[in-house]
Amino acid sequence: MKPRTRWEAVCTVDDLVPESGIAVWTEEGPVAVFYLPHRLPALFAISHTDPFSGANVLARGITGDLKGEPVVASPLYKQHFSLLTGVCLEDDTVRVKTYPVLLDGNQIRLEVRANQRESIAA
Amino acid sequence: MSKKTLIVVGNGMVGHHFLEQFCASPAAADFEIIVFGEEKQLAYDRVHLSEYFGGSSHADLAMGTLEWYTEQGIQLHLNEQVTGINRENRTLETPRGSYRYDELVLSTGSYPFVPPIKGNDRPHCLVYRTLDDLDAIHASSEGARTGVVVGGGLLGLEAANALKSLGLEAHVVEFAPRLMPVQLDADGGALLRHKIEELGVQVHTEKATTAITEGEDARLRMNFSDESFLETDLIVFSAGIRPQDALARASGLEIGERGGIAIDNHCTTSDPHVHAIGECALWEQKIFGLVAPGYTMARTLSSALNGDRETAFTGADMSTKLKLLGVDVGSIGDAHAQTPGARNIRFNDERAGHYRRMVISEDGKTLLGAILVGDNSHYDTLLQYALNGITLPENPETLILPESQGGAPALGPDALPETASICSCHNVTKGDICGAIDAGCSDLGSVKAETKASTGCGGCTALLKNVVDSELEKRGVEVSKDLCEHFPYSRQELFHLVKVNGIRTFRTLISQHGKGHGCDICKPAVASILATCWNEHILATDHVPLQDTNDTFMANMQKNGTYSIVPRIPGGEITPDKLIVLGEVAKEYDLYTKITGGQRVDLFGATLSQLPDIWEKLIAAGFETGHAYGKSLRTVKSCVGNTWCRYGVQDSVGMAIRLEDRYKGLRAPHKVKMAVSGCTRECAEAQSKDFGVIATENGWNLYVCGNGGMRPRHADLFATDLSDEELIRTIDRVVMFYVRTADRLQRTSVWMENLEGGLEYLKQVVLEDSLGIGAELEEHMEGIVGTYQCEWKTAVEDPEKRKRFREFVNAPSQCDPVQEWTVERGQRRPVLESA
Repeated sequence: MKPRTRWEAVCTVDDLVPESGIAVWTEEGPVAVFYLPHRLPALFAISHTDPFSGANVLARGITGDLKGEPVVASPLYKQHFSLLTGVCLEDDTVRVKTYPVLLDGNQIRLEVRANQRESIAA
Repeated sequence: MSKKTLIVVGNGMVGHHFLEQFCASPAAADFEIIVFGEEKQLAYDRVHLSEYFGGSSHADLAMGTLEWYTEQGIQLHLNEQVTGINRENRTLETPRGSYRYDELVLSTGSYPFVPPIKGNDRPHCLVYRTLDDLDAIHASSEGARTGVVVGGGLLGLEAANALKSLGLEAHVVEFAPRLMPVQLDADGGALLRHKIEELGVQVHTEKATTAITEGEDARLRMNFSDESFLETDLIVFSAGIRPQDALARASGLEIGERGGIAIDNHCTTSDPHVHAIGECALWEQKIFGLVAPGYTMARTLSSALNGDRETAFTGADMSTKLKLLGVDVGSIGDAHAQTPGARNIRFNDERAGHYRRMVISEDGKTLLGAILVGDNSHYDTLLQYALNGITLPENPETLILPESQGGAPALGPDALPETASICSCHNVTKGDICGAIDAGCSDLGSVKAETKASTGCGGCTALLKNVVDSELEKRGVEVSKDLCEHFPYSRQELFHLVKVNGIRTFRTLISQHGKGHGCDICKPAVASILATCWNEHILATDHVPLQDTNDTFMANMQKNGTYSIVPRIPGGEITPDKLIVLGEVAKEYDLYTKITGGQRVDLFGATLSQLPDIWEKLIAAGFETGHAYGKSLRTVKSCVGNTWCRYGVQDSVGMAIRLEDRYKGLRAPHKVKMAVSGCTRECAEAQSKDFGVIATENGWNLYVCGNGGMRPRHADLFATDLSDEELIRTIDRVVMFYVRTADRLQRTSVWMENLEGGLEYLKQVVLEDSLGIGAELEEHMEGIVGTYQCEWKTAVEDPEKRKRFREFVNAPSQCDPVQEWTVERGQRRPVLESA
């Protein structure tokens, strides 16, 4: 059964940095949101935690594309992560979580797991 | 049809190589193979025998494994000596039985020659050839203080090295007037002797030992013909080798006058079913005491047993390149100029300890031989000239002169003919390498796997890489100089595109001259180029996403995602008040504090959101950013200079501050470090910097392109006795020329090494203005100096830019949960371990 989720508002359009990422805090922990205005869709969200170092830094990596795939490079050890799938291009056994993201008016929303309290309430 | 039997007697390097070759050939299917080895170990690398005392075991030195022999179906009889051959019945005898053969291969090698000296059979008189010999030497060294090697040849010096590594006081006694008489001449031998004596090995030449008797102060005494004597605890004889031909001799095979089993061009003896290879074999009255010719014989014989009568052994090059006790020694071809009409060119630098001699033909066109002592870097080039008969340049002496004296660069791989031998161990020619590349090998690794080149002694590694790179490049495979998949240009080409077309943003550049959206390679490189050309703030909206995180947040990211902060302390000079502010800020934010190698203070552990607050306080106290995060000028280190030091001749601190203030913030292909020393004592270590300045009585000496770190490089002296203004103008030009022409992430040291024409060319461009760009370079630098801004000052004053420093944009009070701390030696440090 698919766990219950909800669309959490995490920031506004003004917080985004074109061609780069920002970090937001969600109920699931830190998430990196990237805004690539020259792509469609232009918004991507993946876990902010770099699986190789354990540090919360992925939003501070350099974005780009490799063979057409949108990627971010970890600022610590420079591995590339696909913004579409979260898979590490250098080691496909490593993968970071990706989050559905949408623009709702001026709000950026992420689909995150609903926490226990809300699940019970729902 | 039942299989025939092939027996190999001797399991040394050459015997093993023969088995490798033969087992991989079609004829292997027709034979049962039996191998007899006298030693108890499987074939091992005798060339590196002395490493046995350096900690290598038999397993490290072994040529093959027992599994391999089993897989090949070889019957291996180790520790079993063959005692006789009956050629009529085609059988051979060992203490354990009698074996029939159809084809017999003798690879029995050689034995050490022990001169007929009275007393040479006393205890502690040993030889140096096998692992068992080494074990005996080791046992004898127990309780010994001194050891003597009799014989100053190649093996003797190896043995001396072995004695030295056992902790003995080592002596070498040589009958001839110099060391390595076969390979070296008088000057070369003298230099080698000097170098070896410096290493603590005592050399005694022109000594003929007459008797070995019991010693008074040591176990043994060697008495010499000149009435002198030497006392020692053990003696190792290494006075040459003799072919191990006893079996062959007893069975009536043809033997040379001075020993050796006579063979023809196909390595077959006087009996068509008996063959001999390696050091036991005599070809045209010559014994080859090196491993490479032995390997060639092994291959020749394997071909012959496969019915190939074309492949023939036609002699071998006896050139050698080795490191004896850490000293480079090389000898090529006719080193003693025995060819009629031969002429010599000698270069002898007794100060640096380099000796080089070229023997050239009467007409001056070909290299006949060479001798090198102290530095083998010229060996590969000289060997190629000699082996391939390549016509010498008009001034052949340039081949052995130091490069700074106009010496010629190494022979390019293009100049080598197809037949040029690249790897003599495995007989791989340039043609073979080209063949492998044409058959699909596209990198060094696959060429090595395919041809086996450079998998023997490894001496040809550098040459092989040059040949492979050059051939790949010719085929368009390159060795691409493209920056990345988005730009088919080098950094230098992109620099010109930006400059010439006045391009000011990454987006314009990639849409006009590249493809895709960029990556972490091209974005920072272009950001650096844009910064050099236009010097706009690195946090200008267009530039933010191009930067590495360190540039974006103007601090150095550490392993747990926090940052370190390095304020600029020009020349390392700081007032007590400013030092107190650093302490107060560090205390307030609980920052781990460390003094850097560049005379600054590094504050660790600041979170992203703390950075602007911390910098506000630092700027208020008069600090500026130190650019420790940037590919730009780091520090200008200095000693205290003539304002305090009684030896100083100029104000080194003043000059360091002036240079640091001038070049701070300049974006370069990589970081740039400088230093200024106030006198020739060089306390600021300027010669290990990209730009080093050393004071003289008359001004300043400038050194360029030095490096510390991973690959240290001494800086080159560029100009002397410069005035303050001349110094700055010269540095301006060199820095700008570097910024414009270097590759991405190329330090000045590597840039210099790759600059065509090297130091001389750079001098022409900068000091003589040979390209006519001197004024332009200075003007460009002036423009950059004039538009300097402290990036942190601009950032903290701009609320929009400060917004970038929010750790989580929607939760300002949220701490990063992985940033946990512990305390060590009174300061905080992260507990985060790599996942």
